[in-house]
Amino acid sequence: MNTAFILNACLHIHAAIVAHEADIESLDRAIGDGDHYINMKRGSEVAAGMYNTLLPLPADEALNKIGMKLLSTIGGASGPLFASFFMSMAKTAQQNGANTPLKIAAAFAAGVQAIMQRGKASVGEKTMLDVLVPVSTTFTTLAAQGKSSQEIATALKQTADIGLESTRNLIATKGRAAGLGERAIGHLDAGAKSCQVMIHAVCDLMLKEADA
Amino acid sequence: MKKFINQVDQVLVESLSGFANAHHDLVTLHVDPTYLTRREKAVNKVAIVSGGGSGHEPLHAGYIGYGMLDAACPGQVFTSPTPDQILEAAEAVHTDQGVLFIVKNYAGDVMNFEMAAEMLPFQHATVLTSDDCAVVNSTYTTGRRGVAGTVIVEKCVGSLAETGADLAACKALGDKVNQQTSSIGVALTSCTVPAAGRATFDIADIELEMGVGIHGEPGRRREQMREADAIVHDCIQAILADFATKGLTHRQDVLLLINGFGATPLMELYLLYHSAAKLLAAHGVRIERSLVGNYTTALDMAGASITVCLLDDEIKQHWDSPVHTAALRWGR
Repeated sequence: MNTAFILNACLHIHAAIVAHEADIESLDRAIGDGDHYINMKRGSEVAAGMYNTLLPLPADEALNKIGMKLLSTIGGASGPLFASFFMSMAKTAQQNGANTPLKIAAAFAAGVQAIMQRGKASVGEKTMLDVLVPVSTTFTTLAAQGKSSQEIATALKQTADIGLESTRNLIATKGRAAGLGERAIGHLDAGAKSCQVMIHAVCDLMLKEADA
Repeated sequence: MKKFINQVDQVLVESLSGFANAHHDLVTLHVDPTYLTRREKAVNKVAIVSGGGSGHEPLHAGYIGYGMLDAACPGQVFTSPTPDQILEAAEAVHTDQGVLFIVKNYAGDVMNFEMAAEMLPFQHATVLTSDDCAVVNSTYTTGRRGVAGTVIVEKCVGSLAETGADLAACKALGDKVNQQTSSIGVALTSCTVPAAGRATFDIADIELEMGVGIHGEPGRRREQMREADAIVHDCIQAILADFATKGLTHRQDVLLLINGFGATPLMELYLLYHSAAKLLAAHGVRIERSLVGNYTTALDMAGASITVCLLDDEIKQHWDSPVHTAALRWGR
């Protein structure tokens, strides 16, 4: 994982979030407070805008700077959560390196762990973690098995889809829909949706680069 | 969307500039990062800092001044402020008595204030407000939301801080006022976030949302619209049931706050007061203090919340004490 890939991923994520405005917004309108898309757009826009500044930096420094920028830009719950993700990922990448799929998976897992700690949440609470945790687990498993980046990317997209769908019939105990009790049943979680969109964007970039 | 706007992304900046200019005798606006402080820095007292998403005006910046807040951090509309704003605001108003954060119990606010507090190099404490009884604490929820009762917490804690009380005492009073305060809101229409450009939720003319939050997020249930007395009856029942759950008696002196969400006229708010006062009297509640108006709004949502705070001598004293802010002023 080099800096150019991370920054390209940010560009793809921004484009994907904007392209899914209607989906994300309608989910947040149904069981949230209507600011999730605006915050995701603001965050992905600022990360994408750091391309030229961060390109000369090592990957871990770029990740850390993205995290810090998100922390001071997004606000809401998304700000601290995504900032913690990038900053923890940076720390693990800095300590262990990020030059093999297994090391990248370890850095990703550290980032997801940071979201769980900051949000005091886990799988099954109708949040972004219902996408991110299974994606992280699958990533680590496939990387340990020595699978190719195409195989990993394809599997992670499917895992993200399944994770997103799993939020439909959950009662929310954390996150934006936590006050709703059974009223949240039947709706997908908007945070899980935006994470699924981002995982797809990054995996599509992996597939494109593997093809090239 | 039909609003007074020049450019959507400038709404907050222009509104804050207008606020700071209109109340230049009371507050100073700081930018990059954004926060507001009292014009004259208070010394030898605990610094009281609050903040939250914008769109709830006059919460929180309207409560900066003598007897209430030392600083406030406005976030984007309905989005909590970021840790850098909170950190700089705390550093700007801190003297040597520590900083008390007053934070509404929403996940985003809690996390951003928590991250700021972790970076703060001096003594600090946090009062989390959670007066909204619409969200029942159960295995299904992360906890109750902080809504209009936050104003009462800020008023009382601000008053105590002016006396030179220490950080622990200020936190203890804030926690007590929060514990003894219960609120519930009703929405008649949605609000519209300027950047979103359309209503946050759909609600028919014949419907109301019982237990709505201050961002238009759904509450207990969608119900049929009915006469005011019937709506107020359900709100008061919820509040009294909440006090009963907490083991508190309501047969005592209280402060009744009827809070408008932004698009409900004062005439209707006073009508709600009339209705609530009648019902409370029937339950043996004595209304000793009251406040009616738009104190914790949800942009242009039509609707209102009812807040009851159980008074004791200490809370009464700090509610009555002099205050001089843009939105609350008496006694000086």
